[in-house]
Amino acid sequence: MKLKISAVSLKFIVLIAAATSLIAIFMVIQSGGSWDYILPRRGKKIIAIVLTGTCIAYSTAIFQTLTNNRILTPSIMGLDSLYMLFQTSAVFAFGSTNLSFLNKNLNFAISILLMSGFAFLLHQFLFRKEGRNIYFLLLVGLILGTLFQSLSSFMEVLIDPNEYLILQGKMFASFNNVNTDLLMIAIAAIAIVTLYAQRFNKYLDVLALGRDHAVNLGIDYPYVVKRLLLIVMALVSISTALVGPIMFLGLLVVNLAHQVFGTHRHKVLIWGAILISVVALVGGQLIVERVFTFATTVSVIINFAGGVYFIFLLLKENKS
Amino acid sequence: MKLSYMLGLLVVLSAIYLFIGNSDLSPLDLLHPTAIQLQVLTVSRIPKLVSILLAGMSMSVIGLIMQQLTRNRFVSPTTAGTMDSARLGILVTLMWMPAAPPLLKMLVAFAFALGGTLLFMRILEHVKFKEPIYIALLGLMVGNIISSVTTFFAYKNDLLQNVSSWLQGDFSTMMKGRYEMLYISLPLLVIAYLYANRFTVAGMGEDFATNLGLSYRKVVNIGLILVSSISAVVLITVGSIPFLGLVVPNLVTLYKGDDLRSTLPHTAVLGAVFVLCCDILGQLIIYPYQLPVSLTVGIVGSVLFLYLLVRRKADQT
Amino acid sequence: MINVRNVTKRYGDTSVVNDVSLEIKLGKITSFIGPNGAGKSTLLSMMSRLAAIDEGEVVIEGKNLAQWNTKELARKLSVLKQTNQISIRLTVEDLVAYGRFPYSQGRLKAEDRKFIEEAITYMELGPFRGKYLDHLSGGQRQRAFIAMVIAQNTDYIFLDEPLNNLDMKHSVQIMRVLRRMVDDLGKTIVLVIHDINFASCYSDYIVALREGAIVSQGTTEEMIDTRVLKEIYDMTIPVETVGGQKICVYFS
Repeated sequence: MKLKISAVSLKFIVLIAAATSLIAIFMVIQSGGSWDYILPRRGKKIIAIVLTGTCIAYSTAIFQTLTNNRILTPSIMGLDSLYMLFQTSAVFAFGSTNLSFLNKNLNFAISILLMSGFAFLLHQFLFRKEGRNIYFLLLVGLILGTLFQSLSSFMEVLIDPNEYLILQGKMFASFNNVNTDLLMIAIAAIAIVTLYAQRFNKYLDVLALGRDHAVNLGIDYPYVVKRLLLIVMALVSISTALVGPIMFLGLLVVNLAHQVFGTHRHKVLIWGAILISVVALVGGQLIVERVFTFATTVSVIINFAGGVYFIFLLLKENKS
Repeated sequence: MKLSYMLGLLVVLSAIYLFIGNSDLSPLDLLHPTAIQLQVLTVSRIPKLVSILLAGMSMSVIGLIMQQLTRNRFVSPTTAGTMDSARLGILVTLMWMPAAPPLLKMLVAFAFALGGTLLFMRILEHVKFKEPIYIALLGLMVGNIISSVTTFFAYKNDLLQNVSSWLQGDFSTMMKGRYEMLYISLPLLVIAYLYANRFTVAGMGEDFATNLGLSYRKVVNIGLILVSSISAVVLITVGSIPFLGLVVPNLVTLYKGDDLRSTLPHTAVLGAVFVLCCDILGQLIIYPYQLPVSLTVGIVGSVLFLYLLVRRKADQT
Repeated sequence: MINVRNVTKRYGDTSVVNDVSLEIKLGKITSFIGPNGAGKSTLLSMMSRLAAIDEGEVVIEGKNLAQWNTKELARKLSVLKQTNQISIRLTVEDLVAYGRFPYSQGRLKAEDRKFIEEAITYMELGPFRGKYLDHLSGGQRQRAFIAMVIAQNTDYIFLDEPLNNLDMKHSVQIMRVLRRMVDDLGKTIVLVIHDINFASCYSDYIVALREGAIVSQGTTEEMIDTRVLKEIYDMTIPVETVGGQKICVYFS
């Protein structure tokens, strides 16, 4: 037992070291001496990355436990598609010429409102009637997501190719242009949500056993599941509104955390997943900036890597 | 509902369809058509109608086949990564052989569609959970992953907006010289009909099929090839039409049983009627402008599908 | 004491449990028997809040089931269903430790560890305690789940087909343990059980269900009787006494 604990903490030490050294490299590489300009700029990116990584790792870990399923991500509920629909409509309606109409803060506010409103409606719809399970909610969210996608692609085709480039910038999570106001708001919002989530943390391990066992062990299952789902949706909305959709990051990091730590304890898993996502995002951002020199975005790379890793996981597990 | 009623409805709708659109053409004109009217009819209206009928029928039928093979109501080319794989195939042709003839592009898309569907079926064979909705989610995740690969390359090559346009099924561009490839799906539909019973048996599982003296692998492979080639043909010519393969077969099972041989004609006809209705709707709603069919099918289809879901749940509890 | 009053459960138009009333006696083993589809498992699920009750009520120690605080109830009553698919990888010891959650809320104290040890010993799981559940045989896994319920240390224990997957030796071992928990510790146990001879040899009371309703109930002595069994199973089952125990000979 003693030995196992130290193995876990060793892994944590390695991850923390990796994360901090990547951050350090990211902060100082090719600075060209103009520290006053570079440090705050890069610092903001790092903060955005840490916030996003936390939101996504935490929400995906909860979500996978609620669904008892390691291949799902919360974005399957259609929140990403709704965000994209909003961005597409904005560019479609106002064009790039009139971007001032939708400054970043307003955009953030409307995105958050739309997504949380949608999440709330979906949630109400699911739990209005007894006997509807969480898969039902997923399927409904997913159908609406497909609908949002058809609406978006309808507009996308009509958008002028030059304006499309503006939209394209929003389709993928990007840490390059988050402003300080938004970061402060996001920090506050995330702090509130995670603080509220603390009281449910102890249930996560038990929820992983499935509904019947959780009920037997005295968990008020419907209540806890409802609250946790709201928490998941809130975290996803915040991070999506802040930097954009980044679909497979959660899948990638939570599954990696499972592999690295080989445990079912959520405390370890969640912290592990958060650290892994910081490593992945900072590393990815470094690659994007220094190797691809911005020819691609970090979320495209992460989605690609996450997707491929995931198919590999599915096929590998099937062999055994 | 009797098949003959449905067919009657289809004929009436088709007739109506020929006479709506931007250029004036009324049934009376057919008695003494001007050269322009004749041209509108043969170059645009009839090709559009034929492509709607073919695409509607074949997409619904392959949805039904997939559902039979997987014994799962929620599987369709859109929920099994088939469409996404075909799209990746098209991207590959755009990147490396932009000048290739359409037939070659279609072959590449077909190969990718087949690969993607096979991948999904392989994953499906081994997954622990067999809950129907879970399978649909799994398929969509696989589809999303394949799309993310597409996006990765499309982004690098500035082809993203192009990719979007294949996401959108649209009949307004169908005209003489552009739609003929859809005829490939006709013989495939005949094969599907001939194999119908065998798909049902194969859906019962490998052991069951083998016990009845059926070569399971062969039947499944034929099914997958049908599904992939039809998906590729439709995607290349029309674009993708969401929900079609999902909603139509599920609607048919509301009033027909599960025997594939007898539901298949119903599915085909209803699929054609459904797409035809949606396209008429798309032409009339903001006349004289047109909505692409993927949008109208997407909206009508998702509402119908939600209704089916809620109904199914109500039946269970 | 547990009172079940006019309880009904419907799926669509068909009722799987229809207007069932019964009383579970304290400090006894009560077995639910009956043919397939009689509604035994559904009744047990409703009595343990795993399934919603459509009509009627279940009263546990004078308090309606719906009014119980679910956390407190978890220290009073434990339930184990027939199939226990778990999607995460756990060792036997981890699983048994979960049984203490209603008391520890995740932080194990010395007392919790004592109960975990006892449960592991009771179920003779010592050699496997560090093994992962998915590496165990069906019977060993079933014993691990029962050990979890034992660690939960509740007055009432509901088990749905606990002998599923078990060979003769371990079936007998588990029934003996259950008997001992009733006789020595005063637990009240309710079982859904398929094998009528296990019901005959180990239970105090038997409740027979058929098509969602109670056909008859009574002491084991009264129930294991050719005439009563005929009513339940629709077949003539001779009853022989072997070594002081009533055995149903239903094979011919």
